[in-house]
Amino acid sequence: MSSLSILAGARDAPAEEDLLKCVHCGLCLDNCPTYLATGQETESPRGRLHLIQALGHGRIEATDAYASHIDRCLVCRACEAVCPSGVPFGRIMEAARADLSRRRQPAWTNRFVYWLLFKKLLPNRRRLRALSSTLRHYQTSGMQRMVRSSGLLRLLPTTVRQMERSMPALPTRYFEPQGSFLPAFGASRHRVAFFSGCIMPFAYGPVHEATIRVLRHNGCDVVVPRVQTCCGALNVHAGERTMARQMARRNIRAFLDLEIDAVIVNSAGCGSTLKEYSELLGADPLWHARAERFGAMVKDVSEFVAAQPFERNLGPVSRRVTFQESCHLVHAQRISAEPRTLLHAIPGLELVEMAHPENCCGSAGIYSFAQPKLSNQLLNTKMDDIEATGADVIVTANPGCMLQLQAGLERKGASGEVRHLIELLDASYEAGARGASGRRPTASR
Amino acid sequence: MADRQSAILARRLVELLGEDAVLHRPEDVIVYEYDYGLDRAAPEAVAFPRTTAEVASIVKVARSLELPIVARGAGTGISGGAIPVQGGVVIALSRMNHILDVDPANRIAVVEPGVVNLNISKAVEPLGLFFAPDPSSQKASTIGGNVGNNAGGPHCLAHGTTTNHILGVELVLPSGSVVELGGISKDGPGYDLTGLVVGAEGTVGIVTRVTVQLMIEPPAVKTALAIFTSVEDASAAVSGIIGQGIIPSALELMDGLALRAIEAAFHAGYPPDAGAVLLVELDGLDESVTEQTQVVEKVCHDNHAVEIRVADTPEARAKLWAARKGAASAMGRIAPNYYLHDTVIARTRLPGVLADVIAIGERHNLPIANLFHAGDGNLHPMILFDVREQGVLGRVMQAGREILDASVAAGGTISGEHGIGMEKNQFMPKIFSEADLEVMARVRAAFDPTGLCNPGKVFPTPTSCHDTAIRPRAAVAPGHPELWI
Repeated sequence: MSSLSILAGARDAPAEEDLLKCVHCGLCLDNCPTYLATGQETESPRGRLHLIQALGHGRIEATDAYASHIDRCLVCRACEAVCPSGVPFGRIMEAARADLSRRRQPAWTNRFVYWLLFKKLLPNRRRLRALSSTLRHYQTSGMQRMVRSSGLLRLLPTTVRQMERSMPALPTRYFEPQGSFLPAFGASRHRVAFFSGCIMPFAYGPVHEATIRVLRHNGCDVVVPRVQTCCGALNVHAGERTMARQMARRNIRAFLDLEIDAVIVNSAGCGSTLKEYSELLGADPLWHARAERFGAMVKDVSEFVAAQPFERNLGPVSRRVTFQESCHLVHAQRISAEPRTLLHAIPGLELVEMAHPENCCGSAGIYSFAQPKLSNQLLNTKMDDIEATGADVIVTANPGCMLQLQAGLERKGASGEVRHLIELLDASYEAGARGASGRRPTASR
Repeated sequence: MADRQSAILARRLVELLGEDAVLHRPEDVIVYEYDYGLDRAAPEAVAFPRTTAEVASIVKVARSLELPIVARGAGTGISGGAIPVQGGVVIALSRMNHILDVDPANRIAVVEPGVVNLNISKAVEPLGLFFAPDPSSQKASTIGGNVGNNAGGPHCLAHGTTTNHILGVELVLPSGSVVELGGISKDGPGYDLTGLVVGAEGTVGIVTRVTVQLMIEPPAVKTALAIFTSVEDASAAVSGIIGQGIIPSALELMDGLALRAIEAAFHAGYPPDAGAVLLVELDGLDESVTEQTQVVEKVCHDNHAVEIRVADTPEARAKLWAARKGAASAMGRIAPNYYLHDTVIARTRLPGVLADVIAIGERHNLPIANLFHAGDGNLHPMILFDVREQGVLGRVMQAGREILDASVAAGGTISGEHGIGMEKNQFMPKIFSEADLEVMARVRAAFDPTGLCNPGKVFPTPTSCHDTAIRPRAAVAPGHPELWI
């Protein structure tokens, strides 16, 4: 038995069968943002697969250099989407990170931050709410201005500075999943459940409200289960699987037996993780089957709406927009046409494509904090591509991308705004309704 | 001693280029031990120059330490051209990836060697121009690598290989001095040294700038997909089409086994249960393309095609081509390993040699998939196997040799476009006499007297005249003496 097959039998190490799929052709290279940025094979999909395999064979050690190549991967999965050989890169990289975290004890500071983030914060809405309120207070009380102008931030590690910088202006309204039932506007055609997630309800509560309105416009009765939790995407991407599995089981329990047509999610990163729960829970036959059934029900909101003869009472939204494809939408879920179908349906809206909308913006979960240098490099390229379109709205479909692009705008001192795709559709429905109610009196006379 | 030399090398390269332009730790350089082929060997260091001057300095450092230098583009080659078989410094040209100048009136572009092939065509597309050589690796492979291997591709049938599209190069000689070869016209004065550099597989120096000829996009293009029940019918149709005096811009054949993998990977509309298909592309003026399409359809029908589909929208054609160009890599879906071969025979000998290939596969109990540039007789048999099967490697190598022999016996040759590298250097005597090889060696020595510029490539190496079966190609894994992946 080779050391690889021993590894494959072990928990949370890349499977031999997955690694063998790579034929070293290199067709992934020009699609990998970190290879494009560095020109180094060590920062490429093919190179990382080779390193993972070499570690499994005992040819190299899990040194700092090895760890840095694994850590610098965005897990944007652009390589996976273009791989002719079908290498499941995301699955391999997540397992490699889990394997690495077992082989190497990270620095205690990182251990502490990860423990706090992955185990205490993300799975716990109460704590997240308390944190959000504190941060909002920091932003609105003038303290943020004071701290930023005082130069105090320069004393802090880059990671924290980067976090402070990319913190969005928190809205005054949070979104709370409270077991509510929100009926369709007009005749009901579907019954769907809404997945809320961890960051979205606090940082982007209004996007959730917009999503639910769009669903209701499209004949959906929407339920929002109270017991749901964070999807675990950030944990899984970083190689933390114990808590991630608990969260997965909790979400499956919350949604599986609701008698619904779909679980709707508006965050691309959550959507792809939810759809892939069966991989996370693969070792347990009972949960694996449940996860497969659950995964089949999960739909990104654009995927769900565009698949219907969707409501066309759309009013004008006269904006020039460009669309940044969230990696976990275009590469992981292979959803690329649907968002554009929706954008094209909005009257008055002009969609100007940027160069390489499918390339990562450098957000990639906690990547922008963990790898600030590369992340900023990718963001700069992205902002240049965006600027060239002359668009005043950057549309995307994932909270991490929204945060990152917002930070990009601010750093550039550029005008313009970042919007979730669904906010524009919602605005268009609202404009449509205003137009209709404005016309109705005339029509009735 | 060797370790000490490696340390000196690393230190001097870092002094020269900076920390982030050099890799030298074992766990870093290990990813430079491979290309798309089967051979493996890691360098002592990898350097990432940004300018010609930096390349020249690296070459001088290596020379002073008497270490080999090996140029690398994207590492998509299949014959080990970029593998540092004797160690030394890999000069990775990935950061020299700028298009320096485009002159649309004269249809010329000047590019750095690390520019990805397809990016040239993308950049000049708005001008109605394109760069004709289109190896299947074109979305990743670099122009420097294309020059080194004189790369081909499906459309070389009508347009010729890379050498027909290169006007000049800047070359850093193994001594570290820099020369300009060729110019802006095809037929310059003096020796055609540009022609010598193209296809020299990096054994005469490092190309640091390339002047390429661009072509004008044809006004009309049609791509026909002809479906057959057998490879014999499809290859008879190939001769039939050429026999009618038509030179398609591309004429590709894919057999049933290849089709299965292609369709699994791309869902591009290839029939996975057909015996074979021909992909025929015609371009030119509108009328002639229409007329030629009719002739092609008739020839295919006469040769028992069961169906012919014509793609005339850019999207439909792009889909068919994307699948064809990713086809070799898609074999990973039906077998963990494969050996992709590359031989050339006269087109008229296709049916006979293909029958030989099938017989060789049967004799060694190895499935062989075929997808190739039928129009110019460039075969690509892919021997599929699973390296974990005990003893399979010997059979694979034997079958490969027999395929080469069958091609040579039919008057053909041992490589069409993938290069000789360290994969086929031992087979050079099959097609060249001692005198032939000697004159080549003397030419090479004029550029590289010390023999440290990509050593172990192209020319047969003396040690293994009788032992070509299983060179230590492997990154050996514990318990798996044969495991290379």
